[in-house]
Amino acid sequence: MRKEVIYSLPSPYRDDLKVTGYRFGSGKKSACIVGAIRGNEIQQLYVCSQLIKKLTELEEKGAIVSEHEIMVVPSIGHHSTNIGKRFWSVDNTDINRMFPGYDEGETTQRIAGGVFEQIKDYSYGIQFASFYMPGDFIPHVRMMETGKQNTSLANLFGLPYVVLRKVRPIDTTTLNYNWQMWDCNAFSLYTSKTDKIDEISAKQAVAAVLRFLMRMGVIRYNSHSGYIATIIEESDLAVVRTGTSGIYRRLRFAGEEVCMGDPLAEITHPYEGNVIVTILSPCDGIIFFSHEKPLVTEHEIVFKIIKRLHE
Amino acid sequence: MVETVVAMKLPVDEKLRIKKQRVLPLAVTGNEKRISIVTGTHGDELEGQFVCYELLRRINENIECLKGIVDVYPALNPLGVDSISRGIPMFDLDMNRVFPGDEEGPMIESLAKEIIDDLSGSDYCFDIHASNIFLDEMPQIRINEISEKTLVPLAKLTNIDLVWVHASATVLESTLAYSLNSIGVPTLVVEMGVGMRITRKYGYQLVEGILNLMKHEGLWDGPVGEVKMPIISSDRAVGYMNSNTSGIYVPECQNGDIVKEGDVLGNVLDPLSGEIAEKIKSPIDGMVFTRREYPVVYGGSLLGRVLGGETS
Repeated sequence: MRKEVIYSLPSPYRDDLKVTGYRFGSGKKSACIVGAIRGNEIQQLYVCSQLIKKLTELEEKGAIVSEHEIMVVPSIGHHSTNIGKRFWSVDNTDINRMFPGYDEGETTQRIAGGVFEQIKDYSYGIQFASFYMPGDFIPHVRMMETGKQNTSLANLFGLPYVVLRKVRPIDTTTLNYNWQMWDCNAFSLYTSKTDKIDEISAKQAVAAVLRFLMRMGVIRYNSHSGYIATIIEESDLAVVRTGTSGIYRRLRFAGEEVCMGDPLAEITHPYEGNVIVTILSPCDGIIFFSHEKPLVTEHEIVFKIIKRLHE
Repeated sequence: MVETVVAMKLPVDEKLRIKKQRVLPLAVTGNEKRISIVTGTHGDELEGQFVCYELLRRINENIECLKGIVDVYPALNPLGVDSISRGIPMFDLDMNRVFPGDEEGPMIESLAKEIIDDLSGSDYCFDIHASNIFLDEMPQIRINEISEKTLVPLAKLTNIDLVWVHASATVLESTLAYSLNSIGVPTLVVEMGVGMRITRKYGYQLVEGILNLMKHEGLWDGPVGEVKMPIISSDRAVGYMNSNTSGIYVPECQNGDIVKEGDVLGNVLDPLSGEIAEKIKSPIDGMVFTRREYPVVYGGSLLGRVLGGETS
C-alpha cells in the first residue's frame, strides 16, 4: 500500500486540506473507490477505512493481481467533517456538484478538478454516496442512465438491487456522471446510513466491492456470490407521503416486505399526543427507503416501496 | 391583495407560506398583461426586498396609472430569509437548483412545481438576486445565450448598468429563470449588490427600470425617471480574478472603476507574517463590475470580474 497526498489546498487559518489516496498494486489503473465527499458522510468514510484495512491485508498476502492498481480515496470533504458541516466549510458549496472541476475556477471547483485529475482514468469508479433525504435505504448500486451505464457490471457487486436513475441537469456536475463521461464504468453504492455508522451495511458494502474486484480479475479472493440483483427504475418506486405534519414514528423499516393497507408509520399531534394520521402502504412490496427523523412536514416523502416484489 | 401561492404544514404549529401581492388596475378589462417580480430564493440575498417595497409603494401612489397586473413575490424561500440561510434550512438545499420541480418529488420539488404553475402565464418576470455575502455586484442582468434574442431587448429597458450574456450550462437548467424562459415566460435575472445588505441606490435604480419596462410594454402610464442604456457584454471579454493563495483579501478598487491590464486591484494579505501573499492584478483592460467583499479567501476564491472592451 502506498499512501500519498493526491491534492492539497492551503487554508488561511487551518491545516491544509490534504486529500489522501491509498494505492494498492501497480500497473493499469483498474479501480478507484471514493468515500466521503461531503462532511457528514461518516458511514462512507468508515466503509472506506474498512476497505483500506482489508485491501492492505490482501496485498500483504499477494492477492492483488499483477498489472492492476486500485486507489481508495477515503475522504475529500473532511474540512467540513471536522466542523460538523455537510458542504464546503467556507461558502457551503457542494464539492459533488463541481465535477469535473476547473483548476482556475472557484475553490470547490479547484478541489473537484484537482481530485478528478487523479481519479478520472480508472476503468471502474465506485463512489460511496449519500442522499439528502434523511432516512435508511436498502443497500443498492445506483447508476445514472447516461447511455454509457452497464447494468450487467453493476450486478457483479452482488447487492440485492440496482437502481437506474434518469439524468437531470443537476446531476451533470456529480462525480458519477463525469466518471461516465470520461469512459469510466461508474457506480454509486448506497449503504443504509450517512451520518451514523451501521456496521451491518458497512460490512455488506466492503464485501460488495471486494466481490466486484474479484469478478473483474483485479484481486484474488473468495467470497459468497451475493445476490443476482433486481433492476429497478427509480421512477417506478411507489412514493408514500405525509398527509400532515407532526411527530413521526415509523412502524416499518427499509428492507421489510409490506402488504397494501399495512400501517407504515404514525404521525402524532405535537402538543396533544394523539395519533392524527396512520400512514398505510399503498401497495404490496418491499420498503426501499424509510424516513427516520422524529419530525415531518406536510407532503414529505417518508417511504419508497418497490411495488409487487416479495422477499 | 395578498395571496398564498402555496402552504405546507411544518412539524410544530406553523405553516411555510409563500405569499404574493397582486395589484390590479382600477378598471380591469380582462386583457391585461401580467408582470411578476420574484425574489428571496436565496435567504441571504435581501436587495430584492427593498425593490418589492419601493415598486409597490410607487404603484400604489399612482394606482390610476397601472394598466396591467403586477404580482410581487418577496420570498420564495421564506424560511431561509427569516433565518439568514442561503438555502432551504431543513435540507441545506439550493432552492434555485430544484426547478421546474415535480409534484411527485420530495416536498421542496413539489413546492417548486407550484411556484412555476403560479408564475406560468406571466408576460414578463424579474428574478432578483443579490450575489451572496462574498461578492458585491454592479446592477446587472444575466442572460443565458439561448434566450439572448428575446431577453436583451427587454433588458435594455431596465435601467441596469450591465447586461451579461453568458454561455449556456446544463446545470443551470435547474434554475427558476431557465424553467420560466423555457415555458415562454420571459424572465430577466437581476444580480446586484451584496448578500445580507440592502443598497437603496440600486433598489431605486431597478424600480425605475421595472416601471420603464412596464411603460414600454403597456402595463403602466405613470411617471418614470431618467433611464440609462446598459452596456451589453455580448462582444466583450470577461476577465476573472481568482485568488491563488489563502489569506485576507483587501480590495483596492471599486465597482465601476476603469482599469488597465496589470493594474493592482487588491492584495491577499497574510495576517500571521505581515506580508502580502499575492498582488491581484487585472487580467484585461476594462471595467470592474464584481468586487469581493468578504475578506477570508482560499485558493480559487473569486475576487472580482472585469468587463473588457469599450465601457465609457
